[in-house]
Amino acid sequence: MAESDNIVVETAEKIFADLADPQTVNNAKKDSWQAPLWQALSEAGLPLSWVPDDLGGSGASLADGFALLNAAGRFAVAVPLAETMLAGWLLAQARISSPEGEMTVLPAGPKDRITLDADGALSGRARGVPFAKAAKHFAVLAHGKDGVSIALIDASKGRIEAGLNVGYDHSDTVTLDKVQPVTVKPAKGFDQTTLMLMGGVARSLQIAGALEAMLDISVRYSNERVAFEKKISKFQAVQHNLARLAGESAAALAAATSAADAIANASSFNDEVYLEATSAKIRCAEAAEKGGAIAHQVHGAIGFTVEHILHRYSLRALAWRDDFGSESHWAVELGKLVANRGADELWPLVASR
Amino acid sequence: MTAALRFDPIRLPEKCEQLRKEVRAFLADEIAAGTFDPHKPNREDTDAPEFSRRVGAKGWLGMTWPKKYGGQERSFLERYVVTEEMRVANAPTRRFFVADRQSGPVLLKYAPENIKMDILPRICRGEVCFAIGMSEPNSGSDLFAAKTRATKTDGGYLINGTKIWTSSAHIADYMIAIFRTSQPTKENRRHGLTQFLVKMKQPGIQVNPIGQITGQYEFNEVVFTDFFVPDDHVLGEVDGAWKQATSELAYERSGPERFLETYYVLTELVRAVGPNPDTRSAEGIGRLVAQLHTMRRMSVSVAGMLQAGKEPVVEASIVKDIGTVWEQQLPHRVRDLAAFVEETATNRETLERQLDFAIKTAPKLTIQGGTTEVLRGIIARGLGLR
Repeated sequence: MAESDNIVVETAEKIFADLADPQTVNNAKKDSWQAPLWQALSEAGLPLSWVPDDLGGSGASLADGFALLNAAGRFAVAVPLAETMLAGWLLAQARISSPEGEMTVLPAGPKDRITLDADGALSGRARGVPFAKAAKHFAVLAHGKDGVSIALIDASKGRIEAGLNVGYDHSDTVTLDKVQPVTVKPAKGFDQTTLMLMGGVARSLQIAGALEAMLDISVRYSNERVAFEKKISKFQAVQHNLARLAGESAAALAAATSAADAIANASSFNDEVYLEATSAKIRCAEAAEKGGAIAHQVHGAIGFTVEHILHRYSLRALAWRDDFGSESHWAVELGKLVANRGADELWPLVASR
Repeated sequence: MTAALRFDPIRLPEKCEQLRKEVRAFLADEIAAGTFDPHKPNREDTDAPEFSRRVGAKGWLGMTWPKKYGGQERSFLERYVVTEEMRVANAPTRRFFVADRQSGPVLLKYAPENIKMDILPRICRGEVCFAIGMSEPNSGSDLFAAKTRATKTDGGYLINGTKIWTSSAHIADYMIAIFRTSQPTKENRRHGLTQFLVKMKQPGIQVNPIGQITGQYEFNEVVFTDFFVPDDHVLGEVDGAWKQATSELAYERSGPERFLETYYVLTELVRAVGPNPDTRSAEGIGRLVAQLHTMRRMSVSVAGMLQAGKEPVVEASIVKDIGTVWEQQLPHRVRDLAAFVEETATNRETLERQLDFAIKTAPKLTIQGGTTEVLRGIIARGLGLR
């Protein structure tokens, strides 16, 4: 999706290449690469891409931000860039200014609920919150008796049980017990589903980026590795596997960029946008499974080692499936929507753009 | 990145939506008039010459072609909309579909002016049916093994040999075929084949129907015995058909017909489960819709690239690979879910009848118009593996 004339993506790719090279990061014994990377991203205004200037951000378009996430996927970037972008975006929905530093969003799954009580305090539990442990602030979507509100809270006010997802990134449980927010404002017309869909499309773009990279390194490896006295790329079985990986990568990219384009140009989260966003998450998750398996098959044992970079992509792509609603969750929801609209309204929905 | 695959999110322009409304209204009228039954998918049995003329009269055939040949000079995206609406409605498109998609564009590119002026306007009016003569009894996917000879004679060529699996040859007015004009060379085994326009329904051509496992007689064996083709029916370069083949593939391989062939069973399933599906049915339908939506967006994206004058051969092959595998599996996935449909569903019999036909249709979908194996070979070449 990255347009070559997209300055946001160009800037990000340069930073990723310099400070988040997957092989360098993979070789590092400590996490000392993280601080310079985050600093460079922050100086370029990238974590707050989706926050307007007057709320402390850099005011990039939704489309540029989505392209940036796709690029981050291509580098398997393991700092809370996507999470801070989503948090800033969420806060901006209620015209709340974004603070500096890492953020993440609560809740990160469709089943969890945070409540806002009459005293303006927040309570509830959110599981699988990406990078909660690294965040300085949380952007929270909460349900109160007057509807949905959006709040900014200090991360130290929440109780965090640290965990890791299958990609070895932090995925934590955050419990809020009558936490007083820094700011809280009502968010009329906004709901948790909208946040989940936005988060899901962000993850879809990251998965698509990871698959592009997996295709790239798998093709390269097959052109180098010799077995049975020839490059393995010359075996038809390997060629056909890689063709299928290209198909999965293409499907993920098409679904994710289409959903991003739909959101970037929509005036509301209507049925058409819902179809786009849920389809992207469902199809990208399926591609992460099928495509990742092929990438590993092509690499053989070397791809199963911690020394090799493949797992940085393959495991993260699998982990990203779980955030903001898994593919099976969204499939049920999309199936209900389709059934509810009725058989003769299915095609008009699919053909809506 | 070694593989710069692109599927930009194309939005259909406003005029497409107006056109879509017109096509839907037209099809609704045709259904009301009894021209065809949208719930009856075996459209291949239905040759509908009058319907074909009415579609032509609407200006929906050869839509992208120059006006002087009867075309409308409209965009590929507009043609896309017409094609998908016809397909989803199960309209009887057999008589004009190949001519509109494939044969017309070949003639536009390679035929002499007199032939273009003669045939293209008739395609646009929905008056002529085309067949494609590629496969032979001993050459299917290996196109360049074709043996049917075209021997030079006074003013033209004499054709001897047999084409096979030729869809619609029994009703076709013309065939665009490849015949052998020279032997392959040591350096190039693809050398020596030439593309020809053949006027059907003449002495020297015998069409023998072949029964298919669906119960239909859609494809044929076509035997040529000293059949004369005049010189001006040569399309393109003599001995050089291989150079002309690849650029057509993007048109042939990425259209909505490459994933909508069995779509009707999904609609019927949604009807059968009703507005409140159980979790298993909802999840199954949701996944199928997400996959369908993704493929359509990929296919529309390729149409957009064609409109922009690009030749996205690899992207088109990916669409056909994923699309045909999907439409092949679709009847089986719908069958899985149909097991949970209530006995009381009013369209149960329709669904079962459709599944019966779709399951029998499914095996051909990954064979016709380029097998899955051939497509994956093309994709692999695009990735730099061959």
